[in-house]
Amino acid sequence: MFKTPRRVFIILILLALLLIAIDLPENYHLKFRVGPVSVDRIVNPLSIHFSLFGMAVNKDFKTQLGLDLSGGANVTLEANMKDIKPADRTSALDSAKQVIERRVNLFGVSEPIVQSAQNKDSYRILVELPGVTDVNRAIALIGQTAQLEFREFTNYQESSTSAFLIPTLDNTKSTGLTGKDLTRALMDFSSQTGEPEVSLEFNSAGGAKFDAITKRLIGKPLAIFLDDFPVTWPRVNTEISDGKAVITGSFTQDAAKTLALQLNAGALPVPVTVVEKQTVGATLGQESVIQSIRAGGIGLLIVAAFMIAKYEWLGLFADMALILYGLLNFAIYRWIPITLTLPGVAGFLLSIGMAVDSNILIFERFKEEKRLGKPWRVALELGFGRAWDSIRDANITTMITCAVLFNPGNWQFLPSSGMVRGFAVTLFIGVVTSLFTGIIVTRTFLRVLYKEKDKKKSEDA
Amino acid sequence: MIRFSRFIWLYFLISALVLVPGTFALLRFGLLPAVDFTGGTLIELHYKSNVPQSVVENILSGQKIIAANIQFSTGNNYLVRLKPVSNAELAKLENAITSSPEKPEIVRNDTVGPVLGKELLQKTVMAAIVAIIAMLSYVAYAFKNIKFGVAAILALIHDLLVVLGTFSLLGHFLHIEVDTLFVTAFLTTMSFSVHDTIVVFDRIREMLKRGDRLPFDQLCDKALTQTVGRSLANSLTIIFMLLALVLMGGETVRWFIFALLIGTISGTYSSDFIATPILILWDRWEKRKK
Repeated sequence: MFKTPRRVFIILILLALLLIAIDLPENYHLKFRVGPVSVDRIVNPLSIHFSLFGMAVNKDFKTQLGLDLSGGANVTLEANMKDIKPADRTSALDSAKQVIERRVNLFGVSEPIVQSAQNKDSYRILVELPGVTDVNRAIALIGQTAQLEFREFTNYQESSTSAFLIPTLDNTKSTGLTGKDLTRALMDFSSQTGEPEVSLEFNSAGGAKFDAITKRLIGKPLAIFLDDFPVTWPRVNTEISDGKAVITGSFTQDAAKTLALQLNAGALPVPVTVVEKQTVGATLGQESVIQSIRAGGIGLLIVAAFMIAKYEWLGLFADMALILYGLLNFAIYRWIPITLTLPGVAGFLLSIGMAVDSNILIFERFKEEKRLGKPWRVALELGFGRAWDSIRDANITTMITCAVLFNPGNWQFLPSSGMVRGFAVTLFIGVVTSLFTGIIVTRTFLRVLYKEKDKKKSEDA
Repeated sequence: MIRFSRFIWLYFLISALVLVPGTFALLRFGLLPAVDFTGGTLIELHYKSNVPQSVVENILSGQKIIAANIQFSTGNNYLVRLKPVSNAELAKLENAITSSPEKPEIVRNDTVGPVLGKELLQKTVMAAIVAIIAMLSYVAYAFKNIKFGVAAILALIHDLLVVLGTFSLLGHFLHIEVDTLFVTAFLTTMSFSVHDTIVVFDRIREMLKRGDRLPFDQLCDKALTQTVGRSLANSLTIIFMLLALVLMGGETVRWFIFALLIGTISGTYSSDFIATPILILWDRWEKRKK
């Protein structure tokens, strides 16, 4: 892979240019004159519009700013509690809140505020979405109804790994059976294990569909999706013709109850209506934002200066790799997009401090090897090689933490949405990009530019 | 070579000086939850014309009530989020609002639930525990010895207790609240701590592999002496960054950054002065048993 460092170097330069195109400021008015050339144009980040094999690709790279930095849309929903027993109302409101939160913030990276609000007999849910200037689009996102769907894998092959296959919208297709075919759902206890489960009863059309599906899929998993989100994917053991099914999983009693409630009322346990919509301003003062960004800039300069002071021109290369790290991260944030909040920016700055770590490890190793009398070049390669073990183990543990916090299997006992998931995503991006810049980028820079120096020396001699 | 292992009692004493009061405060006073966790009151004011936010702030400070946040919204309205207040206080505040010179209307007065509810918080704690066990297993596997895993995790627990304890004391004496950002800082400390410990352990592993014939505590001393430069350099870059943010950054992120700062300092300290001494003590204990 590193046989031709110079080629890698050129690729990296091209990558940097692409990243700069993605990271350009939005609507920035560039106007200057250099001699006879005058430039007067509006600068905007790269946006991609083309079609490939009939698939249209439209991608704008824009920064999503959080509620704290730019405000957004505020929607108030009123829950209709007419059919809910007074004792259950608070918990129904709470589970409605959770469903809505999952809808607007599946991966935890869009930083909304979702709160239940109560005033005497009115039960409400407040939703604040950052940067959504089109309030109606926000409402469409919140108000979609019942999306229970039975899906099957498109390419299912029997193997030892298939037990760990997680269904997604991409690797499954609809079986045609949905929440519309459901008569009712109930929380139940399994007659075999005594564990909580959710039993489903289909109407006659649904029962016939279910019969055909289970016949076809014997020995294969049937995935149950709720709001485009896999809940469970049990294996079909026998054909079921009585129009009844159960969803088992590691449910707690409450979770099974909530799920049954959601299924009955079309995913949301209570019907909700929009009572108010408005756009809201930023929660943070402009001043606080400017102060923090300035402080971050100063912090960055100190880190860069420190690296140069301690490792001389090696430090300079590390700083160059850091610039690439910053560009790459910001481009990924724009691509996903991850909503930037002030704390998010602070976390990003902190991750820059951590990204230097791999370089420091390598450089310290390099110094040691040089002290032992190894030639410059050999010491450098040894430094990279020796530091790798610790860099690998340290980063793998961090990735393990990310995996647990992200909870890809949607286990009931772990958080499956909201800010914890968002934290895991951003941390993971930080770790992967820092591995890339800290090792591949610095190494290539050093190899290529040192080679030049090598050559010059031999020419001089 | 610096004989770090001669002063193990000193390191434990230093940690105890922080841990004992912190843990005591944590058990005795707990943490002071912010409105993110408790929920509170949401009031919406409608003004007839555009007024600056300071007008709203003045009314609140006149009643000695601190808003969690104030937001301008369409139609000359202000959304004010408050911590839970008593009904009497609320009535007084309403009175003060409606009688203020601009005569705003109160268009909404709701009791709102938490942004981060109890259930999600419990799940987060659960996730932290699962992550800790997973990290312990990985470190034990990568270093082919359960000792390393346990020592790394004890150092991690040390760091988490330092952060929690500090904020419990801050909450009790200075009324500093913990909010959702604190959860983030807590999780960051968790991953940083093990990250840092592994770098130190890696050196010990390498020496063991090379068949260094030194007694174990001297071997650890040698490893620490060799890695201390890197540890300092690395932590200094992070600390520079965080100090700049604490001293000059905005008010709203100050305590979040402070939590990160404490976590980072403790995380660096504990790799050299908690995790490694535990390894040494464990080794001595094993030798004595033989």
